[in-house]
Amino acid sequence: MDFTYTVLIPLIPLAVFLLLGLNYNKIKPAISGWIGSLGLFSSLVLSYYTAYQYFLVVGKNADGVYQQFIYKWRWMSFTDTLQIDMGVMIDQISVMMLIVVSTISFMVHLYSRGYMKGDPGYTKFFAFLSLFTFSMMGLVLATNLFQIYIFWELVGVSSFLLIGYYYTKPSAVAAAKKAFIVTRFADLGFLIGILIVGYYSGSFDFQTINALDGPVIGNWASTTFIGLSVFTWAMILIFIGGAGKSAMFPLHIWLPDAMEGPTPVSALIHAATMVVAGVYLVARLFPIFHFVDDGYALNIVMWVGAISSLFAAIIALTQNDIKRVLAFSTMSQIGYMMLALGVSKYEGHGGLGYMASMFHLFTHAMFKALLFLGAGSIIHAVHSNFLKDMGGLRKYMPITHITFLIAALSISGVPFFAGFFSKDEILVAAFQHNKIVYIITLLVAGLTAFYMFRLYFGIFWGEDKKYEHIPHEAPKSMTFPLIFLAFMSIAAGYIHFSEYVTADNKPFEIYLNYPLAAIAVTVGFLGILLAYVFYKKPSELPVKVSNAFGSLYKWAYHKFYIDEVYMFVTKEIIFKRISTPFAWFDKKIVDGTMDLIGNSTIASAKGIKGMQSGKVQDYAFAFIAGVVVLVMIFIYNSMI
Amino acid sequence: MDILTLFIVVPVITIIALVFAKNLKQARLVSVLGMGIQFLMSLNLIYAYFNERKVNDDIMVFTKDYMWFEQFNIHYAIGVDGISVAMIVLSALVVLAGVFISWKMEELPKEFFISLIILATGVFGFFISIDLFTMFVFYEIAVIPMYLLIGIWGSGQKEYSAMKLTLMLMGASALLLVGILGIYFNSNADGGALTFNILEIAQVNIPLEAQKLFFPLTFIGFAVLGAMFPFHTWSPDGHASAPTAVSMLHAGVLMKLGGYGVFRVAMYLLPLGAVSWSNFFIVLSVIGVFYGALAAVKQTDLKYINAYSSVSHLSMVLFALLMLNKTAWTGAILQSLSHGFMTALFFALIGMLYSRTHTRDVTKMGGLLKVIPFISVMYVIAGLASLGLPGFSGFMAEMQIFVGAFQNEGMFHRVATIITISAIVVTAVYILRVVGMMLMGPIKNDNHLNLSKATWYEKTGVILLLIPIVFMGVVPIWLSDMIRESIQPFIERML
Repeated sequence: MDFTYTVLIPLIPLAVFLLLGLNYNKIKPAISGWIGSLGLFSSLVLSYYTAYQYFLVVGKNADGVYQQFIYKWRWMSFTDTLQIDMGVMIDQISVMMLIVVSTISFMVHLYSRGYMKGDPGYTKFFAFLSLFTFSMMGLVLATNLFQIYIFWELVGVSSFLLIGYYYTKPSAVAAAKKAFIVTRFADLGFLIGILIVGYYSGSFDFQTINALDGPVIGNWASTTFIGLSVFTWAMILIFIGGAGKSAMFPLHIWLPDAMEGPTPVSALIHAATMVVAGVYLVARLFPIFHFVDDGYALNIVMWVGAISSLFAAIIALTQNDIKRVLAFSTMSQIGYMMLALGVSKYEGHGGLGYMASMFHLFTHAMFKALLFLGAGSIIHAVHSNFLKDMGGLRKYMPITHITFLIAALSISGVPFFAGFFSKDEILVAAFQHNKIVYIITLLVAGLTAFYMFRLYFGIFWGEDKKYEHIPHEAPKSMTFPLIFLAFMSIAAGYIHFSEYVTADNKPFEIYLNYPLAAIAVTVGFLGILLAYVFYKKPSELPVKVSNAFGSLYKWAYHKFYIDEVYMFVTKEIIFKRISTPFAWFDKKIVDGTMDLIGNSTIASAKGIKGMQSGKVQDYAFAFIAGVVVLVMIFIYNSMI
Repeated sequence: MDILTLFIVVPVITIIALVFAKNLKQARLVSVLGMGIQFLMSLNLIYAYFNERKVNDDIMVFTKDYMWFEQFNIHYAIGVDGISVAMIVLSALVVLAGVFISWKMEELPKEFFISLIILATGVFGFFISIDLFTMFVFYEIAVIPMYLLIGIWGSGQKEYSAMKLTLMLMGASALLLVGILGIYFNSNADGGALTFNILEIAQVNIPLEAQKLFFPLTFIGFAVLGAMFPFHTWSPDGHASAPTAVSMLHAGVLMKLGGYGVFRVAMYLLPLGAVSWSNFFIVLSVIGVFYGALAAVKQTDLKYINAYSSVSHLSMVLFALLMLNKTAWTGAILQSLSHGFMTALFFALIGMLYSRTHTRDVTKMGGLLKVIPFISVMYVIAGLASLGLPGFSGFMAEMQIFVGAFQNEGMFHRVATIITISAIVVTAVYILRVVGMMLMGPIKNDNHLNLSKATWYEKTGVILLLIPIVFMGVVPIWLSDMIRESIQPFIERML
């Protein structure tokens, strides 16, 4: 089987981007929506075909091990051995990601045709969506670290453009800048990590560096720096890049602000695809993370994931902007995926965490995109992001209501919904590896159920609020994606993921761990029950409870003041204490010295100007004096 | 006439024709024609170069040598390798774009274009010379018109800036001249005749002591033109006062003479000096990279921002040259080229903005994306290219530099490299600050509600500059391989 055609999967959206981008004021909006959607549909078809061929037909070799298919072309050389290639790598996780990206992106395209209707930048919007999809596909299919870095930057800039889509709004501009700069700061770590890997292993290719007997894993102990293998340092640095993109604590500050972008963008980029790039990156380099220094770096991944998931879940309890609740929820769920990777081993059933992480990535993409698109539909109807402006909407928006409920049940881990299956595997993996992490995961599961149903009851039940006009269900173009994703939010759970995506490329059997599942389900139901008591009917209870928590509530509401810390460091320290004195130093000292030299030249010129008097006797005097001095020097020299 | 000398003859003919031009229309027509031919010739030169390379693996090809001044063995000696070919294309393109951008030059148009093209003549002569003395002469030809161009057609405190720029560059030339003479008087170290010919000197083993003495003179002499810290202060003031096309040419081409000269003269002829001095100059260049970027964060005048950004980017060129390996050097040349196109594009766009809004203060503008979409989108693209986004030329140049710099083990080099890499974050900050303030957000000034759209000649100039940026960024392999091959004989001297 020749998978060369897969290069078309990213290239079609690129062609669409160029077509729409170069003619953005010539193409009619209705047509550009169709071009974008059709372009993506062809990528979708190719992706599904690839998945079918890879997983069910030719992926496994005779021993039942999944293989990699790599096609690449040289893009630029550094040295005779180090180079950047562009190409595609077809393997388990890249094909799985193709399905995620193409499915969600296509749904978002369809949805946006309704959601963005009448927007003056309609064509531009579809052009940017295509640009993003191209970059994300390129990232997923990358064959080497540098290629992934290149597309990593390109998804970053697409995200910048889409967050700042409403560019006349100062808050959107600020959010776009923040997202770009924070992730770029994190990417600094990524880049240095890449340079370390390239220098010490002589290759950027995943195939080479991930090989169990290759220059990295086979040889990690040979070069160390402060007690750890250089490759451990490289993985930590690369993980910083991943943590930036995936909004892990403490680099998460851009994600809530990124909700300034149009809601379909939040669904596509900031829920389902780009933000899981960090998870994908760790999974991509999993053998190195796992084997070098016996998983030192992987341990860091686990703790960062665990802390982020708890931290974000607590904040999500207190937020009132529904998109921000979902943003923190995303951060929390990505924390889950990270910690699942962190607790994973490599071989056979030990790689459960790895499998669970990818499984959760898959199901999360479906139900989180659904939640965001549902939120978009609600915002569309009531013209507000805030929970306080919503209530009783189930009567007006039945489809949005039911699909949102399905997604909420799925993320809360209610049995028979997709989220239940993937989350259960994560809990089992955590339980086997580290009990503290397991308890955090369990706690987060309860919190998740609570804040999701706080949203659900707050939006769809309770009393009607004063609406400008009676809220109405979204048009068909928007409800179809909701229905499809609702279906996926159930069906995705029944895929036997361990058959397809595993750390060591060999399928293994999984089974439900009934005691652990029972505990998790109980915790989830407790969360839902609590939310029911608090928010089903308007009551004083939530206020009382939040008052009881006092300053903890306040801290959580203010997102633990992490933004303020960053503001202090950048504004007060870097801008005022470093940049400003630098500018002063440049103007006064460096340039001042130059001016001083110039001025003293002029001054000394004035001083010696008098010598050019034009009087012959002065010159004669100077001449004779000179001769006398020279003669004296000669005499003195000859005497010695 | 040989293929290289034409690059001097065509501008000279253009200048002569300009003398007879009667008005702006004729002047700009003559200039576009002359520089258009020059540009087409430069494209032809690439083609001819690739063909010649297939059969000729000398260091320099298309060489010609005429005795000029026998007493001192000064020749008019010319020749090119991949690096000078690339530089010639850069210069031709920037000059042509500069002419388009100056389409409406009202004040003394004839004299303006004449000075501009004299400057260009010097630049082309510099890039084709392989005789140190001839090279130096062309260098001076390029620097002198700058004084007139800023002093007469400039704005703001133009006399001060023009004087400052000229004096600092002249001071540098004085050092350079001493350095060149030092090399010349040591060129008979192996018993041959004294010579200025670069290729001949490269065969000579100049004594270590002489190399240590003359390397810093030559290096500083050229590097001042490349805005080396702390001799960069002429650049922000100079750019701020210069008219648009002059800023373009100056930052885009003239400043490249610095890095090119360091590479071709200081590094190639005094390799031992380079090795012994490299750490000292690495410190200065790293300061320049970071310091330029930080200073740019604070500025509010677009031209100052861009001038400091140039300090940062060009210090990176010096940094890469001092890393003394093939990959980093390839990066240095690529960064020179990439910066040349990008910064010319920036200055062109700043000129267009200024001619419409009559301000260069970013705090006084806002929301321009809505009013003048073409110029604004191009500014965003130039900004993204400048912050090293993949797909544009800056990225591949920077990556060559970083990978190259990382080849040097040892704590000193590692720390220097990591500081340099960190500057890319600061770059993102000052670029996005401008984009966010000036192009996005609400419109701050009601007078900016009706700005005129970009005209055809402005668009031509901008697109001419954008094409190579995108081309280098999307398919870097041809250019980078061409330069890598040409680096080979130079790096061999280092080993």
